[in-house]
Amino acid sequence: MAAKTLYDKLWDAHVVREEEDGTALLYIDRHLVHEVTSPQAFEGLRLAGRSLWRANSILAVPDHNVPTTKQHRGNGTAGIDDPVAKVQVETLNKNCEDFNVKEFLMDDIRQGIVHVIGPEQGATLPGMTVVCGDSHTSTHGAFGALAHGIGTSEVEHVMATQCLIQSKMKNMLISVDGKVQAGVTAKDIVLAIIGEIGTAGGTGYAIEFAGEAIRDLSIEGRMTVCNMAIEAGARAGMIAVDQTTIDYIKGRPFAPTGETWDKAVEAWQDLVSDDDAEFDLVVRLDAAKIEPQVTWGTSPEMVLPISATVPNPADETDAVKSNGIQAALEYMGLKAGEAIDNINVDKVFIGSCTNSRIEDIREAAKIAQGNKVAKNIKLAMVVPGSGLVKHQAEEEGLDKIFIDAGFEWREPGCSMCLAMNADRLEPGERCASTSNRNFEGRQGQGGRTHLVSPAMAAAAAIHGHFIDIRTLAKEA
Amino acid sequence: MEKFTVHKGIVVPLDRANVDTDAIIPKQYLKSVKKSGFGPTLFDDWRYKVAGEPGMDHSKRELHKDFVLNQARYQGGSILLARENFGCGSSREHAVWALTDYGFRTIIAPSYADIFFNNSFKNGLLPIVLSEQIVDKIFSEIASSDAYELTIDLEKQEVITPTGETFAFEVDAFRKHCMLNGLDDIGLTLQHADDIRAYEEKRKQEAPWLFAS
Ligand code: SF4
Repeated sequence: MAAKTLYDKLWDAHVVREEEDGTALLYIDRHLVHEVTSPQAFEGLRLAGRSLWRANSILAVPDHNVPTTKQHRGNGTAGIDDPVAKVQVETLNKNCEDFNVKEFLMDDIRQGIVHVIGPEQGATLPGMTVVCGDSHTSTHGAFGALAHGIGTSEVEHVMATQCLIQSKMKNMLISVDGKVQAGVTAKDIVLAIIGEIGTAGGTGYAIEFAGEAIRDLSIEGRMTVCNMAIEAGARAGMIAVDQTTIDYIKGRPFAPTGETWDKAVEAWQDLVSDDDAEFDLVVRLDAAKIEPQVTWGTSPEMVLPISATVPNPADETDAVKSNGIQAALEYMGLKAGEAIDNINVDKVFIGSCTNSRIEDIREAAKIAQGNKVAKNIKLAMVVPGSGLVKHQAEEEGLDKIFIDAGFEWREPGCSMCLAMNADRLEPGERCASTSNRNFEGRQGQGGRTHLVSPAMAAAAAIHGHFIDIRTLAKEA
Repeated sequence: MEKFTVHKGIVVPLDRANVDTDAIIPKQYLKSVKKSGFGPTLFDDWRYKVAGEPGMDHSKRELHKDFVLNQARYQGGSILLARENFGCGSSREHAVWALTDYGFRTIIAPSYADIFFNNSFKNGLLPIVLSEQIVDKIFSEIASSDAYELTIDLEKQEVITPTGETFAFEVDAFRKHCMLNGLDDIGLTLQHADDIRAYEEKRKQEAPWLFAS
């Protein structure tokens, strides 16, 4: 048998039938649903008089629109001020009731960002195909699963048929070799990767992340890396299964138990690329060379190490690129040649499906401990990814560390990642954010986003500007 | 998608060219979480005296009495007759959803905007192209009668008038097949339901944990 990549194996295991032109019906094991992209799909089913093919494959949760302040939470959807947002959440609730879909309601402790709660519940398992009407579904690839985002009509298609009509992507291997320096996190690794291959570098590929630095990551870190595969243009990112994966899943509510668990674990051992498997493209990075990263522009590929200076459009010979840099600098209100660690910020956001898991919160808390948020910071907020993450952090006393330092400790949700609820930047405000997109207006019209790791975000809050956390580690 | 075989219904004459998607459904209604419920706001600006907002009770709004949709004889109409370039403007599928939600199953016009034309088929709305002359003739026949119904036979690709006169129309074979059988993408996939079930059976043996919940 020919050697296969992890992606080949996942693909082959899910093909229901293949047409002559290569398009296939791909079986979907897990369908995650949230309030923004599902209403028209449920409605489509209703109009056509269709039912769900397999209701128990679906897990639903409201996340994008939910408020994150305590006074707005607790009593169901009553606390949502924006009537349109409220209707969206209520619509999800009603749809889930009507179609008998399992949903974690707003006041359930298990509620949270869809890409945090799936893995947390063990609803995402190795070897699965996972879809969601959300591009950051790539997150779930961290478990050796084939996971990607889909549009609303595809959401409906999966609901009704349990399948997607798909063509196979190409295979890319990104190997991060060797060990990273202290203070360099999963976020820095993935930002460095995007800096290297660009935001379209992964277009048409399924990316497998490998190499010692990836192996060394916790599951949380692996999710951070896979989460941003889409920012590199790849709909799916994935990481082979190993003991770290299996240890994480064991005992989670949706995970198999007893004999089935043993059988599953045995099957999961095969979820790695064969040694001699061929990739269409291989990219290698030297982990030791990766520094803490900060984006300076309006696309995730506009990223530099903390030790760098803001680029000068005049140094770029390609006119299109030069104009791009110029436009980004104008939007971001930055001057060419300015040192990155000299940039002051107004707000700090620690959260989003990229960095809102317990490990992220711990990293940020370590920096915040015993310190105070700088005077020039208007708002520094920590938004845990789920009710359970929040609970665990509180058990560990992390909430106190943040509150004592002057951070706001919020309720779980997408929050300022896309500013669909009340959490947003005002025009011109500059934010150190642990989210995944620094597009113009993403965090609020005119807002300026710099993507960083949780530790770097916390450090920016304490110092009022970006700072190399490696120097902090030395001081301590 | 509902099957479309033979349809007989009241014809609503909308004597306008270049009916755009903004006219079909104004932008304030696009905030909706739904694909249905657009019927009451179809042709909103022409139909009501004051611009509406989503969520209001449209049955209480003051009507432009002369507009075709508001005339007694066209109530329950399911075939829309219009002039050239129907559905121009934006790509919003809401335009089609508004027409079907109102109850239209067919449109007859000399020409359509591309995107609208495609969107129609996806939603079971049959856009029929007839020559300007024939469209003209139907407009005048409606005007000189008290009640006017047309029969659309998709299998035969014919529009049949009350006097039994027939007009042939063209339709792409694949689209015709999908409409006759009520197939959309989902419908087509469901033709392979047995394959999907067989796959599930096999997988349940190999990996039962994938089906637990
Ligand atoms: S946290 Fe941000 S990127 Fe993640 S699902 Fe929510 S809105 Fe999307």
